[in-house]
Amino acid sequence: MTELNYAAPDSLDAAVGMLADAGAGARILAGGTDVLVLLHGDLIEPELIVDIKNIPELTDISVEDGAWKIGAATSGMKLMGHEGFAAAWPGVIEGVALIGSIQVKGRASVGGNLCNASPAADSVPPLIAAGAVANIAGPGGRRDLPVEDVVTGPGQTALEAGEMVVSFTFPKRPPHSGDCYLRLTPRTEMDIAVVGAAVNVTLDDGGTCTAARVSLGAVAPTPLLVEDAAAALIGTPADDAALVALSEAASAACDPIDDKRGTIAYRIKTAGVMARRAAETALERARRN
Amino acid sequence: MPKAHVSTTINGDEYEFLCEPGQTLVDVIRNGLGLTGTKEGCSTGDCGACSVMLDGELVCSCLVLAVEADGKNVDTIEGMAEGEDELHPLQRNFLELNGLQCGICTPGILIAARALLERNPDPTETEIRFWLAGNLCRCTGYDKVIRSVQAAAEEMRES
Amino acid sequence: MASILENSGFNPDKELKVVGTNPVKQDGPDKVTGRAKFGADLILPGMLFGKILRSPHPHAILKSIDTSKAEALPGVKAVVTRDDFPELPLGSPGGDLSRNIMAREKVFYDGHPVAAVAATSEPVAKRALKLIEVEYETLPHVIDPVEAMQPGAPILHDHLRTKGVEGAEDSPTNVVERLDLAMGDVEAGFAEADVIVEREYDSKPMHQGYIEPQGCVANCNEDDQIELWCCTQGTHVFRDRLADILRLDSSRIKVMQSEMGGGFGGKTGFYGEPLAVVLSKKARRPVKIVLTRNEVFRCTGPVSGTRSRIKMGCTNDGKIVAAEAELIFQTGAFTGSMFFNAPHAMFTRYALDNIKTTAWEVVSNRPKVNAFRAPCVPQIVFGVEGIVTELANKIGMDEIDFRLKNAATEGYTTLYGATFGPIGFVETLEAAKKTDHYNAPVKPGEGRGLAAGFWFNRGGDTTGSLTITPDGSVNIMLGTSDVAGSRVSISMMAAEELGVPLEKVRANFADTSAIGNNRVTAGSRTTFSSGMVIVDGARQAIDKMVARAAEIWGVSPEEVTFEDGHCRPASANVGDFEPLSIKDIASRTSVSHGAIAGHSEMNVTGEGPGFGVHIVDLKVDRGTGRVDVTRYTVIEDAGKAIHPLQVEGQYQGGAVQGVGWALNEEYIYREDGTLDNPSFLDYRMPVASDVPMIDTVIVEVPNPNHPYGLRGVGEVPVVPTLAAIGNAIGDAIGIRPQSLPMSPPKLLELMDGGETKAAAE
Repeated sequence: MTELNYAAPDSLDAAVGMLADAGAGARILAGGTDVLVLLHGDLIEPELIVDIKNIPELTDISVEDGAWKIGAATSGMKLMGHEGFAAAWPGVIEGVALIGSIQVKGRASVGGNLCNASPAADSVPPLIAAGAVANIAGPGGRRDLPVEDVVTGPGQTALEAGEMVVSFTFPKRPPHSGDCYLRLTPRTEMDIAVVGAAVNVTLDDGGTCTAARVSLGAVAPTPLLVEDAAAALIGTPADDAALVALSEAASAACDPIDDKRGTIAYRIKTAGVMARRAAETALERARRN
Repeated sequence: MPKAHVSTTINGDEYEFLCEPGQTLVDVIRNGLGLTGTKEGCSTGDCGACSVMLDGELVCSCLVLAVEADGKNVDTIEGMAEGEDELHPLQRNFLELNGLQCGICTPGILIAARALLERNPDPTETEIRFWLAGNLCRCTGYDKVIRSVQAAAEEMRES
Repeated sequence: MASILENSGFNPDKELKVVGTNPVKQDGPDKVTGRAKFGADLILPGMLFGKILRSPHPHAILKSIDTSKAEALPGVKAVVTRDDFPELPLGSPGGDLSRNIMAREKVFYDGHPVAAVAATSEPVAKRALKLIEVEYETLPHVIDPVEAMQPGAPILHDHLRTKGVEGAEDSPTNVVERLDLAMGDVEAGFAEADVIVEREYDSKPMHQGYIEPQGCVANCNEDDQIELWCCTQGTHVFRDRLADILRLDSSRIKVMQSEMGGGFGGKTGFYGEPLAVVLSKKARRPVKIVLTRNEVFRCTGPVSGTRSRIKMGCTNDGKIVAAEAELIFQTGAFTGSMFFNAPHAMFTRYALDNIKTTAWEVVSNRPKVNAFRAPCVPQIVFGVEGIVTELANKIGMDEIDFRLKNAATEGYTTLYGATFGPIGFVETLEAAKKTDHYNAPVKPGEGRGLAAGFWFNRGGDTTGSLTITPDGSVNIMLGTSDVAGSRVSISMMAAEELGVPLEKVRANFADTSAIGNNRVTAGSRTTFSSGMVIVDGARQAIDKMVARAAEIWGVSPEEVTFEDGHCRPASANVGDFEPLSIKDIASRTSVSHGAIAGHSEMNVTGEGPGFGVHIVDLKVDRGTGRVDVTRYTVIEDAGKAIHPLQVEGQYQGGAVQGVGWALNEEYIYREDGTLDNPSFLDYRMPVASDVPMIDTVIVEVPNPNHPYGLRGVGEVPVVPTLAAIGNAIGDAIGIRPQSLPMSPPKLLELMDGGETKAAAE
């Protein structure tokens, strides 16, 4: 039987050192809303819990020349309360706002939501659609990875032993940009996405879509970046025909499972519906900006 | 098991305790410190019965390790009434408007509702409902819970 | 003198001062400050923590259990298994009960207890569980009740033979009972019908969903006297069942009730409590067991899932001429579903002459079902009220008028043989017809549904005491449980009888050693029945005070009346005496004649059936099948609302529980027979943002058998909900669902089917 220890280092180097030393026996504690459920459900038996919330960089929010950077352990409530970030990336905030209750968001972080590596994580599709990059620290130093490349399968990430996500950086937004995240659940709150859809678009002055990213959650082993759905918008006035094509491309990209939260057929069908609705809102926001 | 030493402030009173690193805050405050007003309904953050304030943030105390409370302020239902006979307006309105039936979810709802009114003194019905979505109640159908929060908010705005 | 059961003294013209008002309930202040003590809140010196080892298999022979390593773990003070319980006969009530709380020959469901440990801390107890070695021989399992009825299905109990089937084969079966009920001539009735509708329905088990997991502390003292503190809907029932399965005298067991954090029927039976008792006997220390939410979902509660076929016919002028039903109820691993309620109640509210029902109860590899508000009725009324609305639509009649035309009234004799006294179904329907909701146009894109429901309401064994203290204040001792405010309602009736302010009356829970038997708090019986015995007790106390006033004044008791809390001369001829207050009498006579008290124990009868109508508006998302309930109104006959805010609370809470059951709540099993959604995350109960305000209309058609005219309000509020929502969805999308829950994937499929059909036509 393993003994559990707890550490709360106040520097990144110390945290990385502890993680590297403990190897597979270590678990990172950010908000704890996933890891403590696993721990007390006897689904994991770590030797060391490394609480990273005392490391300043992990909970910092900053902006430089229009490019936002958020600490990976920043709580959902803190992020939602940050007026500047919320105004810049409403779709990301919509994703964060759906991570559990107010109580859960008082603790849960975007970094944890990503690294828990659930295909249904609500903040991940909008991060992918935003083109956010995960800044990673590890025994071998720092590296960057696009968010869509972090999750490699249910519960699996591309992080090497001893590595952790430190922060996320967002690209500077051109004018006439907008994003949106919508998710489908039977209840209004406190549910796991049956389908999640994020769309991020940029229009030119004439209203033609010049850039788009579409991401879907809960419809495949990992959150998806759906390039075909984005391509359906790019170069078009984002009219009904383009939205129909986007919707069809979203459905076509799905590779879901049947489970207690939804059937394959249901997920495929509603992924198209939700992608279109998210696109409509993202476009409306882009036209206003 | 190595035990951790924790110093924390609960409802303004200083506490020290030893706990196992894996123990949750709700476990320690209920079973270790005997503050059983905070309830545990699910242990997975899905029911909100264990809601407390941790350094001013509304959290589920089943999803907080007791060691994380070291050096922090915890506020529980036991500290909500303002003095011996002075119930908080939320507590009084829940009583008068029958905002509770069995009462098991009530401490968590009161803590959550107070956190809402501190941020937003004049919430809409929809804002109240979404804020309290993390607090399950099986008895009331929420109607009188919401009305009690509305009445308390109005009273607090006027005072 | 006639007993209160023969003459309740109900007086519709009595001016009421306390009954009908909305005072703060006495248990409220402790509940809003965190001081109320629930099942898990008791801490005793030397207390140990108990944990339960549960089967990971849905069906297996329990070959061996080796607890030696667990016993050797430091901090472990007791381990118990089947060997620590007397072996009771298979198939007997005690035998079933005993085998449900601790598996003996076989495990019958995922989560079935096989051992329990008491240790100095919960982490130690959890570690000990992992050291217990259990050898299982797994068996094929069956989850679905219809599959369980088929020849060749895995058999749970070799001793089981179907009750109610003449000439049945003497071979093992999963069918516990077949119940046939009929009145009139159904064939002749259908022959008269102009329109006949016949449909099939199914429903899944749902859980009562109380937020407080079962928690208890058991303490067996050195004299082998057992004390059990727990959250229960029936202390006496717990005591008697414990005595049965442990083969002890009931007098050796004292059950004390904590505050109860929701029960809804699910806390009428015990689970971890007997294990805590046996652990405490073995460890000679108090033992606390608190179930986890996972255990609550896997091993307690749920209600019966069902299959049904229902057929009803009416004439073109709106008379229902016949009704027929075939019903299948899954009861889990052991009998006890109370499935007979369904044939008794499903059509009852309409004055039908011709009814025929066949109902089956079937075991399968699921936890034994437990009661839930109106056990087994709402999921069947889901079908009946769908057909009633469809019949009304088919003959082009307003659906309330259709129900009014067929409504049962005083004098109707039901399928189960009771003849109705004064009832309020007509008044309830008429009140529904007058609501703003019914008269408002349905908003574009929405659907509206309406349905009606009935519940018997219950009486039964009840005991209570009322004591007048020397200072004139009043103590009430109750042996029933307070699930949501019965203490204050009963206190209000006592205050009204005695003419004292409510503040002078305190109601207390008595433990099982302090008061006589009480049935469980269930069936909407507690405010009615405990109210009856306490009013009876108050009247006994009044008689005594009258006698003592007469003695003080030197007159005969007939010359003294009691009103407004005072004994007064019955007339001017009696003499010029100052009225004597309760305090005057109680303080003066307790030294000479002893205290003034009233005690009453009776099998309470005279319950008044309750009827309700629900109206619901909702939107169905065409793209996803999601439902948003936008408006909801409950109209129900309370007989008399003792505490109207609490009555409204019952209506609102019942309706929202029904909303959850209608739309999303269900037990989902994996192929391997284990439960796939034992958490609040995946067992989707409504949250605050899922529902609108629930409007209520309290109808009051008094039940004259009760001193204050009350019926019961605990069950009716959930009976029509599923059907009302089903009817509203039918109105919104053009196809009335027949399968519960009406979850988004099912509705999207229905809508797609509808589109395809429309395109084909």
